[in-house]
Amino acid sequence: MTDLAIIITIGIGTYLLRLSFIGILGDRTMPDWAMVPLRFVAPAVLAALVAPAVLLKDGVVDLSPATNPRALAALVALLIAWKTKNVGAVIVAGMAVVWLLQAFL
Amino acid sequence: MPESRANRRTGASDGARAVAPLLVGVIPFGLVFGIVAAGSTVGSLLGGSTSVIIFAGAAQLATLQLIDAGIAGAVVIATALVINSRHLMYSAALAPHFQEFPTIARFTLPYVLTDQAFAVSIVRYGEVTDPVYKQWYFTGAALTLWITWQISTVVGIVLGAQVPASWSLDFAIPLVFLVLLVPSIKSRPDLIAAVVGGGVAIAAAGAPYGLGLMIGAVSGVIAGVVAQRVMR
Repeated sequence: MTDLAIIITIGIGTYLLRLSFIGILGDRTMPDWAMVPLRFVAPAVLAALVAPAVLLKDGVVDLSPATNPRALAALVALLIAWKTKNVGAVIVAGMAVVWLLQAFL
Repeated sequence: MPESRANRRTGASDGARAVAPLLVGVIPFGLVFGIVAAGSTVGSLLGGSTSVIIFAGAAQLATLQLIDAGIAGAVVIATALVINSRHLMYSAALAPHFQEFPTIARFTLPYVLTDQAFAVSIVRYGEVTDPVYKQWYFTGAALTLWITWQISTVVGIVLGAQVPASWSLDFAIPLVFLVLLVPSIKSRPDLIAAVVGGGVAIAAAGAPYGLGLMIGAVSGVIAGVVAQRVMR
């Protein structure tokens, strides 16, 4: 499958998800068993994207600031995200911690 | 001026104004995405074009990451659509309001549906009744986000071409997801969904076909549903 075909398929699929009730299913209400799981998609997916990216180093969990500075940087970023919800501040702070640890450890 | 045209104009400008504060979050996200696209194996042109073709930031980032990792196309598609499945929920909530719109609007506006456009519109729809105003409120909000996203993607691509790999800018990807994650946790079941989703994704990181992300996400969703049922 070419990259273009993958991307176009995702684009069409995403459009259909957005169109679903508005354009096709109309006023029909979604049953609870279908609606309730969707509420948890955002926290579950986002955590599944973040956790391996910051805690794993070469396939194993590594929390040492010396060998995996991303774990500590992510913790700092998490605190800032929690307090400020400011995307720019979180990115700058997280990157700064990684750079500092890389430079000094 | 006929009343409906006045409602059209105030609707569009009210919608645009309502999302303006949210652009502070959208712009850095778009810049990071553009930088990632510039450095990805699919390249700036195709990577950047996902901003038009897919127009969903988290799914776009995950798509490029998975393609870069050499994951099979079917898994990349399934993962991206799981990430975007939350749009079913938005579509269901907006449908009663959109039924009053002209057919052409009902089929074109969903293309620009986003978390942010949904959030501001659904709040406003609780306060107003005029369908013309509602249609243009959504249009103003959603198009403002669309244009901002396209511009920040392009700027990011231009910046990305000059950033050396030693800056570890790929770390900005999980940082962006982190900023989105924090406000998505509003209850204890949400927190359980996140902890299980992240934990299982780590445990399943070595899963074949790059299914680890999907296994983690689905486990997290199930944990959230169970937690909500138990705690009720």
